[in-house]
Amino acid sequence: MGLTGAGFGAGRPDGTGPAAGPGRSARLRSELRQHPSLVVGGVLAAATLIVAIAGHIAPPHNPLALSPGHALAPPGPAHWFGTDQFGRDVFSRVLYGLGMDVAIGLIVAALAFAVGCAAGLVAGYLGGWVDDIVMRVTDILMSFPSFLLALSIAVVLGNTVRNVIIAVTIAYVPYILRLTRGSVLAVRGADYVLGARAVGASRSRVMTLHVLPNTVGPSVVQATLLVGWAILDVSGLSFLGVGIQPPSPELGVQIAQGASYITSGQWWVSVFPGVAIILAVLAVNFLGDYADDKLRGRGS
Amino acid sequence: MRRYVIRRVGLAVLTLAGIVVLVFMVTHILPGNPALVQAGGYANAHTLHVIERQMGLNRSLAAQFGSYLGNIAHGNLGTSYTTGNTVAHDLLTRLPATAELAVASTILATSVGVPLGVAAGLRAGSVTDWAGRTGAIIGTSIPLYWLGLVLIVVFYGKLHIAPAPTGEVNPFAAVPPSYTHSLILDSLLSGNWPTFFDTLRHLALPAITLGIVETAPILKITRSATLEVAGSDYVRTARAYGLSRWEILKSDVLRNVAPKALTALGIVFGFLLGGSILVERIYDWPGIGLYAWNAVTTTDYDAIQGYILLVGLMYVLLNLAIDLLYAVADPRIRFGSAGGGPRNRPPPARFGRRVISPPSIERH
Amino acid sequence: MPGLQIDGLRIAIGDRDVVRAVDLAVEPGSCRGLVGESGSGKSLTALASLGLLPRAARITAGRILLGGDETVTPDRDRTGGVRGSGIAMIFQSPRAALNPVLRVGHQVERVLRRKDQHGDPRKRCVELLGAVGLGEPDKAARLYPHELSGGMCQRVMIAMGIASEPQVLIADEPVTALDVTVQADILDLLDDIRSRTGMGMLLISHDLSVVAERCESISVMWQGAIVEAGPNRTVINSPRHPFTAELVRDLANPPNVTDRPPQPLPARPADHPPAEAGG
Repeated sequence: MGLTGAGFGAGRPDGTGPAAGPGRSARLRSELRQHPSLVVGGVLAAATLIVAIAGHIAPPHNPLALSPGHALAPPGPAHWFGTDQFGRDVFSRVLYGLGMDVAIGLIVAALAFAVGCAAGLVAGYLGGWVDDIVMRVTDILMSFPSFLLALSIAVVLGNTVRNVIIAVTIAYVPYILRLTRGSVLAVRGADYVLGARAVGASRSRVMTLHVLPNTVGPSVVQATLLVGWAILDVSGLSFLGVGIQPPSPELGVQIAQGASYITSGQWWVSVFPGVAIILAVLAVNFLGDYADDKLRGRGS
Repeated sequence: MRRYVIRRVGLAVLTLAGIVVLVFMVTHILPGNPALVQAGGYANAHTLHVIERQMGLNRSLAAQFGSYLGNIAHGNLGTSYTTGNTVAHDLLTRLPATAELAVASTILATSVGVPLGVAAGLRAGSVTDWAGRTGAIIGTSIPLYWLGLVLIVVFYGKLHIAPAPTGEVNPFAAVPPSYTHSLILDSLLSGNWPTFFDTLRHLALPAITLGIVETAPILKITRSATLEVAGSDYVRTARAYGLSRWEILKSDVLRNVAPKALTALGIVFGFLLGGSILVERIYDWPGIGLYAWNAVTTTDYDAIQGYILLVGLMYVLLNLAIDLLYAVADPRIRFGSAGGGPRNRPPPARFGRRVISPPSIERH
Repeated sequence: MPGLQIDGLRIAIGDRDVVRAVDLAVEPGSCRGLVGESGSGKSLTALASLGLLPRAARITAGRILLGGDETVTPDRDRTGGVRGSGIAMIFQSPRAALNPVLRVGHQVERVLRRKDQHGDPRKRCVELLGAVGLGEPDKAARLYPHELSGGMCQRVMIAMGIASEPQVLIADEPVTALDVTVQADILDLLDDIRSRTGMGMLLISHDLSVVAERCESISVMWQGAIVEAGPNRTVINSPRHPFTAELVRDLANPPNVTDRPPQPLPARPADHPPAEAGG
């Protein structure tokens, strides 16, 4: 409970004082006031999701439809974001691509979280040589900047969506693994685990019922941030021509395709997809900031 | 101190060994045939065979690993089939150009990020603090390559301040002799002022691009280190004894923030290595990043492998240097005692983005 | 009657009073003990006299005077001149209270230099370190805090305290974090300094035994208010407040011997959450 003035308006901690026992909406409002990151992140995330889903279900124009007659039209009433060199409507492509990138980001984060948590749990709980090997491999993986690591793996595996997802996931697993393992080690000797073992619970039961819930917190926050990292990295890889290829409307591909027109003044092909990326990653970062605040039990 | 140094160096060596092995595994246990790529799509079986033998691909994995290790030991990273030079030569001659970018952008980012971070940390909860934190969040949400393009649109396309993004220097400039392969240094050394200034003008936008994104992690780390230090017992003691604000800032706050902020360098360097590929591609800057991108698009295996090895080596060496610098800055390590050091801190964030560190399970 | 005088001090955090109408005086040359459990507001009272309250806390009433001059009121904070010259304070965890990257001699010299621009701070520093009982003070001065034991760190802090030549020295739990064997030495040192320099001392502790012998007068603090004050004999031999009685009982008996159940304490005010066991 923070000692700052915030939050001491309605209802005191022990229930005495005015407006005792605040309802759910009052608690939500107080939470939003204390944590502006939640507000900003929530709004952005909602907007991104709505836009992305709408872009898949009902885009204004077909994102893949070529229309050579209208190539490189600047933003205007017919095409809000203009058209690209093939006459495709940039607005529709950005919406569609946003959906793609957000979906990829979520998948990568979920995979990295699952693998990292499992490996971290096992390594931390079993200890011994299992732990040693896992930690050495993790250290080596982390001895590369992760973008470059993902790049190398993606180059080796080949240029498909699936391979990019695998490559980026591999680069992120060490972060989740380390966090999980660290929490496991801290918790392992704790009393309630020893108590459970004393009562004869099997090792795996102890792991899932007792150790898991308490070690997952920081990793969940990190996984949230990973969604943003993934969007940036995957689009960065596509921009370089690795991984997802044209004519896919992935946002990084779009930016790359528009790059050659930048110097001749047709900026809209590259700029708008980037704005979409920023909004999505901002949403994730603000939500992650909020989650981190909650994790450490502090008001913003 | 000696124990600490030995431990750090030992770990670095082990990690390097691991990288060497990992790179071999990744590039040799892959689906796909390097010989096929090199031969081109129309080679017949015989030519393919010849090339395979040339590349040593017909030998056992163990034999290949053996010669791989031998080559690396001699600094032989193979030959780039696109440039025709040895990879080692290519990388070494292009490294200074990337270094120019790295140094320039880091100077920019540090001169903005550190003062802002300290100010934000000292004025926690104020507008400055909020601005700093929000700026950092925004900074880590921007795609680096997109930012580069936007800056080109604005400063070259619309405002015509910056030169065209076509490399380090305009094509008609007189190129100085290559002492260091760094155009800036070479033109400086040979007194070629027009080229020197031209290079600086070309350096501006790419350095600013990298610098903007680089500022965010520096600001975050400096801010959090300052927060921690400003709330410490020893700062309270200094205030209790009436020491001047300047003295407290200098000797208590900054002296203790510095070692913590040093970890930012590791993060920054990792970011620079990854970011250099993107920025050099956009601005056509002739560094190792552009070289790597070319290697990737032409699947020049030796070049790719050499680049990865070089990056791994640099990253490990730099982190080792930071660990040693940390020892110099923090007397607790220099004169033995608790296991401190930057490696015992939360894992380094990457690409300038934040990594969560586990809170201690004790309630504060 | 100069010295440190605290009149009716009230400190609030948020909308909760954590220090309630505290009256306290420390005469020059004398030692007053301030005893109370953790969280009773003792440290906040002390910090207020130096203007070092945490940001969330504010003074809502009362005033503090040093040597007859008003230094602290709810509207004005004139503690700038008091720090490092009128009042000196030593803290509970001495190693944490010292700057880890500066040599201890340097830290003492800084305080000396603030007090007196001329003279040789290095020489005086070595003298002081010797006076507080550090052997080979010239060598000790070149050490870093982590190379010293807790007791030695506290001696360094005391040296800093003396260096500022204060009217009053506030010692907030000076021996709580130290080994039992060292505690008596440090307390003796403080007594010695007090008698030699004539400064007043406010000795704060949760442990009555620390304060019992050495302070002529004792104030007992509970839940933010002074519930008992007087000469030490009176307070210890005839305690009036139940909390004081409890403290006195612990003084006489070792902690795990109870010969009668403790007396019930008056109900705690509503906004003080009950202390949790453990945690």
